[in-house]
Amino acid sequence: MIRFEHLTLGYGRRTLLDDVSASIPAGALTALVGRNGTGKSTLLRALAGLGERQRGRILLAGKEIDGLTPRRRAECVALVTTERVRIPDLRCRDVVGLGRAPYTDWTGRLRGEDAAAVARSLAQVGMADYADRTMDSMSDGECQRVMIARALAQQTPIILLDEPTSFLDLPNRYELCTLLARLARDEGKCILFSTHELDIALTLCDSVALIDPPQLHHLPVAEMIRSGRIERLFSNDAVRFDAATGRVEIR
Amino acid sequence: MMRHRIPLTFALLTAAVAALFVVDLATGSVAIPLGEVWAALTGGETAPATAKIVRSIRLIKAVVAVATGAALSVSGLQMQTLFRNPLAGPYVLGISSGASLGVALFILGAPLLGATGSAALSTLGMAGAAWAGAAAVLVVIAAVGRRIRDIMVILILGMMFSSGVGAVVQMLQYLSHEDALKAFVIWTMGSLGDVTSGQLALLLPAVGLGLALSVAVVKPLDLLLLGEHYARTMGLDVRRSRQLVFLSTTLLAGTVTAFCGPIGFVGLAVPHVARLLFRRADHRVLLPGAALTGAVVLLLCDIVSKWLTLPVNTITALLGIPIVVWVVVRYQSAS
Repeated sequence: MIRFEHLTLGYGRRTLLDDVSASIPAGALTALVGRNGTGKSTLLRALAGLGERQRGRILLAGKEIDGLTPRRRAECVALVTTERVRIPDLRCRDVVGLGRAPYTDWTGRLRGEDAAAVARSLAQVGMADYADRTMDSMSDGECQRVMIARALAQQTPIILLDEPTSFLDLPNRYELCTLLARLARDEGKCILFSTHELDIALTLCDSVALIDPPQLHHLPVAEMIRSGRIERLFSNDAVRFDAATGRVEIR
Repeated sequence: MMRHRIPLTFALLTAAVAALFVVDLATGSVAIPLGEVWAALTGGETAPATAKIVRSIRLIKAVVAVATGAALSVSGLQMQTLFRNPLAGPYVLGISSGASLGVALFILGAPLLGATGSAALSTLGMAGAAWAGAAAVLVVIAAVGRRIRDIMVILILGMMFSSGVGAVVQMLQYLSHEDALKAFVIWTMGSLGDVTSGQLALLLPAVGLGLALSVAVVKPLDLLLLGEHYARTMGLDVRRSRQLVFLSTTLLAGTVTAFCGPIGFVGLAVPHVARLLFRRADHRVLLPGAALTGAVVLLLCDIVSKWLTLPVNTITALLGIPIVVWVVVRYQSAS
């Protein structure tokens, strides 16, 4: 569903990813892991059509990303960023309704099917009761869910999320990732999200894309564990990560 | 209650605009009873002097008040959304200052160079100079504002612009002849009443076009609430939308500043009043809401300024400053 070939990303003279290729399938939840500053956000932004790339090609659902108009791209891929959005007086239904932008007319008015999509998206993330609440009166976790509902309302085959779990507590993190896994498997969506939670990546996801700068390795979870790459990347003098058990040992 | 809140608020605001419009026509140095105002407007029987005051002085002024209020408020709302900054507005960002500089160059600079022209030419020249000045400041603010989102930085930048413009204007004043100087000083006091019918013929279409452009960007503005990145992922051509917003703001704030002088705080404060009234953030509600609220506020300011015989921008400042303080306190405690 997402394919990139010989992709080189970076800014200025700094190269983050050098000549990487991978194919992220539909109907599966894929975690993007890597140390801080190794280009997880940069990759997601490039795949969403936001960033500049230095070399290589990106195909979304079989189509070259450069050949897509902004609107066609918005019908193909949705992105949830790390930015915390809190606009006073903006109701949840309005935020989620913005996700319908590629399908509405110039005034942005929601027709029957748009309103139905908004209601369905809010229900999918368990926020149906919050439709008329404004975001300035909600917790971080609730806001995060609303932003995900907005991406769902966009009805794209591909959804990218940048560290969606970072503001959430432990139960909420698992709940959110379970939801993402369900959406990917039940609705056949291609969902790629970056995360620092290795335990979640290895227990709830179907495959893992690991950034080992400047390379990227994409493998099914079991193979990724066997490869030993995760231990090598996430261990230093102070800690050691055991991918098989998901435990962190202090040395 | 909640379901009917928005239509009800729109109805009340429209009624307020109509009522204040008539009161504005009746107030002035000569008090004219409402019945005679009506007669003068509809061509009924009144003294010719009364008819003249109502039709050719007060009617123009009231129309200018409505246009100015709507124009400044809508331009302020667009700036606040585009820069994602609750303190943005044409005056604070220095857009009015840019327009002032243009006007100063025109009023003070043209005579220095020995240029004189017909009334129509000077009307057009003044508007053109104000548009150019407003657009120039917008481009600079946009270049800086994209990198920096701190509320205070934008404010300080606006202040710097205003001070810089002040210095240049003082230089021009020092060099200028008495007549041009007087014309400029009176202009800086801000007045809704100095607009001639000839100027109105340029002001109304320009403000109308600015408002029409703002209506055309309601959907982009809604998307920009979430920021540029999100807007782009939802299919918005951000570059083009920003250009349309700038064009609209230049027309709205530039035109008003050219003919009425710098009128402060309306553009900043009125969108917040509209948000309080409507409790909504989407521009399909807020944009017409801000336009109506702005018309109400400026008609009120005009009526008060006539009672107290003070320049209208002193009234807008006294009304606007408490709202600005409230906004600063509210957003500081929220973050």
